[in-house]
Amino acid sequence: MKEILSGNEAIARGAFESGCRVACAYPGTPSTEILENTINYKSINSSWAPNEKVALEVGIGASFGGGRALVTMKHVGINVAADPLFTLSYTGVNGGLVLVSADDPEMHSSQNEQDNRNYAKFAKVPMLEPSDSQECKDFTRLAFELSEKYDTPVMLRTTTRISHSKSIVHLDEPVTGLPEPKLTKNAAKLVMLPGNAKVRHPLVEERIVKLSADGATMAINRMELRDSSIGIITSGACFQYVREVLPEASTLKLGMVHPLPHALIREFASKVERLFVVEELDPFIEEQVKAMGLAVTGKEIFSLCGELTPDRVHKAFSKIGITTSAPKTAIAETVSAKMPPRPPNMCPGCPHRGVFYTLNQLKAYVSGDIGCYTLGFLPPLSAMDTCVCMGASIGMATGVTKVISPEEQKKVVAVIGDSTFLHTGINGLMDMVYNQAPATVIILDNRITAMTGRQDNPATGFTLMDNPTNRIDFPLLCKALGVKNIRLIDPFDLEQTRRVIQEEMNRPEPSVIITDKPCVLVKRDGVFQPDIALEVTEDKCVGCRACLKIGCPAIEWRPGDGNKGKAFIDPLLCTGCDVCRQLCKFDAIGRIK
Amino acid sequence: MKTQITNILLVGVGGQGILLASEILAEAAMLSGFDVKKSEIHGMSQRGGSVVSHVRYGKEVFSPIVPEGEGDILFGFELMETYRSLSLLKPSGAVVANDLQISPPSILMGNDIYPLGLAESIKARFPDFLLVDGQKMAEEAGNVRAANTVLLGAVSRRLDIEEQYWMQALEKMVPARALAINQKAFLEGRSL
Repeated sequence: MKEILSGNEAIARGAFESGCRVACAYPGTPSTEILENTINYKSINSSWAPNEKVALEVGIGASFGGGRALVTMKHVGINVAADPLFTLSYTGVNGGLVLVSADDPEMHSSQNEQDNRNYAKFAKVPMLEPSDSQECKDFTRLAFELSEKYDTPVMLRTTTRISHSKSIVHLDEPVTGLPEPKLTKNAAKLVMLPGNAKVRHPLVEERIVKLSADGATMAINRMELRDSSIGIITSGACFQYVREVLPEASTLKLGMVHPLPHALIREFASKVERLFVVEELDPFIEEQVKAMGLAVTGKEIFSLCGELTPDRVHKAFSKIGITTSAPKTAIAETVSAKMPPRPPNMCPGCPHRGVFYTLNQLKAYVSGDIGCYTLGFLPPLSAMDTCVCMGASIGMATGVTKVISPEEQKKVVAVIGDSTFLHTGINGLMDMVYNQAPATVIILDNRITAMTGRQDNPATGFTLMDNPTNRIDFPLLCKALGVKNIRLIDPFDLEQTRRVIQEEMNRPEPSVIITDKPCVLVKRDGVFQPDIALEVTEDKCVGCRACLKIGCPAIEWRPGDGNKGKAFIDPLLCTGCDVCRQLCKFDAIGRIK
Repeated sequence: MKTQITNILLVGVGGQGILLASEILAEAAMLSGFDVKKSEIHGMSQRGGSVVSHVRYGKEVFSPIVPEGEGDILFGFELMETYRSLSLLKPSGAVVANDLQISPPSILMGNDIYPLGLAESIKARFPDFLLVDGQKMAEEAGNVRAANTVLLGAVSRRLDIEEQYWMQALEKMVPARALAINQKAFLEGRSL
């Protein structure tokens, strides 16, 4: 039985075939679809956690209880989960634990492109790196086995091109005969106080040495000898590019990128005349090979930035005369010139649009956060001044008020989505109230984790498995944290939105404004309901362009061929949110009759 | 890079259904006995940005990304996006495009105009260019939303995959209630 699966779908399948009992994650591109697929396997308890640290802790608990556990996140999520990870390395596991780090070289959908292979070395845990979907499945299975065999969490690193590419996968049956999970007590291994941890640390160091030695005979570390004049050490997506561009070159394909199999690398180096490392981002393999005393070429010809592609690999090797520069068609130069760009945009009917329009009008200093609303940075809304990481907006707003004048303090507004607030923003709000920073927080509650494609969270009232559950009450939560000024607004009512935001900005104490309109993409019945679409009455439109200032994709400017241009609303795109109507001073916009 | 790989690029605007079309294509290639790989970036695909999906099939496929200038077929869902991706094609490549214009923000706001004469200028460079009124043909087949399938039918004529595999792939990937219309739309496109 074979199917075309994405890397993420194949990891979910691999977890199922491994007898995995628990899968836990916080959504993040490019990792999100793994948990969206483990829910297809009823033997796996799949859940969203409020953040990556909690997700890993849930996985650790399941592992300590004797069940196999899969925990997934995007690369920056590992930063959040790093605290438990580093000590989990000391305790080891009971049931196998696999931690997926989905990295994003090229930053297709991320704020940085950190190379998480460094985490494997830093936390002293093994890391596997698959090169296609079949390997995603096979390596997930192997990772569970290695985890139990070596008593260690195992990291599985993908990149966007592995997670989101699809290729053919042969399916197998799930393993049987795994021990039944139950409570066991082993404090010396699982209670990491100094006395116990001092005993565990040497075991961690021995484990890495043993894994490195055993790596020489692991089938996933594979030497393929072809033309001996060039030998290339590579892994992951880069392996495919190397095979594509230099089909005759000898390769050492590393399925385990930490620890490196030193003996195998020496053997490979001895069989080729010139040694290269082809890897994305950091010289992770290269530096270690150099430390072994071997002559190797890597980042001299490859960039430290961005992802590799067949074209980039080709160009790098042509720089040193190994490949010849393919003659490019002349089309490339002429085509790309003068084409208007097509950036992503907030959807028609998005409840964030009116808020950012208002923040722009009020000339607020907007401390931003991560979600769809980060698009509020783009023109014409142009209302975001900072964005660093998940949950940072509130802490940064508090910080900036500590160094500016009381008059400027009135300008400071933090914006944060429902899911991001629960992820790590809530701690920032505790601090803002505790230390009485005079800033305004707007919680953009659209009842979904929207940017990653509509995932539930603790404030939506549903679980990943689609079961109804408790829905966090934001006003009550903020009250419990000690916020005295809590205001609810309808973000489609521009007059109210402007008045409330202005009032709270002027108030010299912490306040929270909560918007209460759902994301247009929420498909659950009764959550988002479109209203009657709007239309422009041509006779009344004077072409003032006021309605264009919100950048709604449903509104189009139609130049008037010599006459005055006018606005047009696409009835198929318009959700009837009413924001544009309120901007028209000439009563030219109304509901379609 | 001497390979027997067929390289297809599907380009358009997020939300147009490019991923589904590329999945049907990949499925048909697999059913036909080929190795197949497919890649695209879909982090922000629902927010109306440009989308490029790469599908490659043949005896053995390594990279899921089509090297620049090696595309055999450019399958365009929108005119400006089709034009934007021409550099991915080889000089003898074919273009099958939907005769549809979707304006990006700068044009909607009146700061840019939709480029004129795109179809003529594609035709001048790529003689094997088929411009299809996908919307109109889909409407005739029963539903305007089957426009992608009309186009896919037109693309299928240029590929060495037998009709039965396309039909099997449609059956697997398209929801049952929309299958009949999509089969009709596909065959209409295939007859172009």
